[in-house]
Amino acid sequence: MKIVVNGEPLEAFGKTLADLLDQVGHGSSKVATAVNETFVPADRRETHTLATGDRVEIVAPRQGG
Amino acid sequence: MLGTAQYPSPAVLADAFRRSGAGVATVSVRREAGSGNAGQDFWALVQELGVDILPNTAGCHSVREAVTTAQMARELFDTRWLKLEVIGHADTLQPDPFGLIEATRVLIEDGFKVFPYCTEDLVLCGRLLDLGCEVLMPWAAPIGTGLGLNNEYGLRSLRAHFPDVAMVIDAGLGKPSHAASAMELGYDAVLLNTAVARAGDPAAMAEAFARAVEAGALAYSADPMDPRDMAAPSTPIVGKAIL
Repeated sequence: MKIVVNGEPLEAFGKTLADLLDQVGHGSSKVATAVNETFVPADRRETHTLATGDRVEIVAPRQGG
Repeated sequence: MLGTAQYPSPAVLADAFRRSGAGVATVSVRREAGSGNAGQDFWALVQELGVDILPNTAGCHSVREAVTTAQMARELFDTRWLKLEVIGHADTLQPDPFGLIEATRVLIEDGFKVFPYCTEDLVLCGRLLDLGCEVLMPWAAPIGTGLGLNNEYGLRSLRAHFPDVAMVIDAGLGKPSHAASAMELGYDAVLLNTAVARAGDPAAMAEAFARAVEAGALAYSADPMDPRDMAAPSTPIVGKAIL
């Protein structure tokens, strides 16, 4: 399934957002997620099914002013 | 309050916080590149600072972008506090007052404690308070300029119209004297980042700002004299020798 993760095209092998986080190495990282501009809480990643063309954002804590 | 961006190194950031005496650190959320751990390392550093965390929505230009970013930040940092930025102009980075109002409404209904990055506009600030904001964060000057209090009259007026509201001068301060001036107007705190992080010696500058903030607050509580146009001798005339 072709999706876009943080602006880059990616072939997702699993079905859910949780599967995707495992695939990209952030399964246990402190990250937050949004799919198609909508926030997806951590406790819904297991049940959030991805679809072809989805745009996923994976963000982490970062410096800010 | 002190930002966490633009320091030459994590160690300098930590030193600057120690010498600033700041009780709040602003942070952001950004894309985690690949399988990197930059975000995790930064989070570990921030936790060691022992200060409260105030996430921002820096760089957001639309209500939707700001709301989604806020929701992600709330989960990441486990706080309802949010420094809400909805940017309206690419060159000046000044707030979009219309988007700010709408995003504030949505986020307060969603349970956030919104600290809005705003201008000193009385009407805008009044609307933000009507929506339930308990803190206002008016700018002194555009973000990162270091210009100081661009509209001292406006900031004085804002302080006078809402005397009981907690207000933090956010953005545009460049020197400790600017911070002292803000505190002398009766503001409750300042939020700094570039002025400290981009100084030649950020830790020393952090301490300089801390002293200026303390001096300005003490001066405000001491009720400064009113300025006047005509000179008035401070040394008594009575008793002066007639020569």
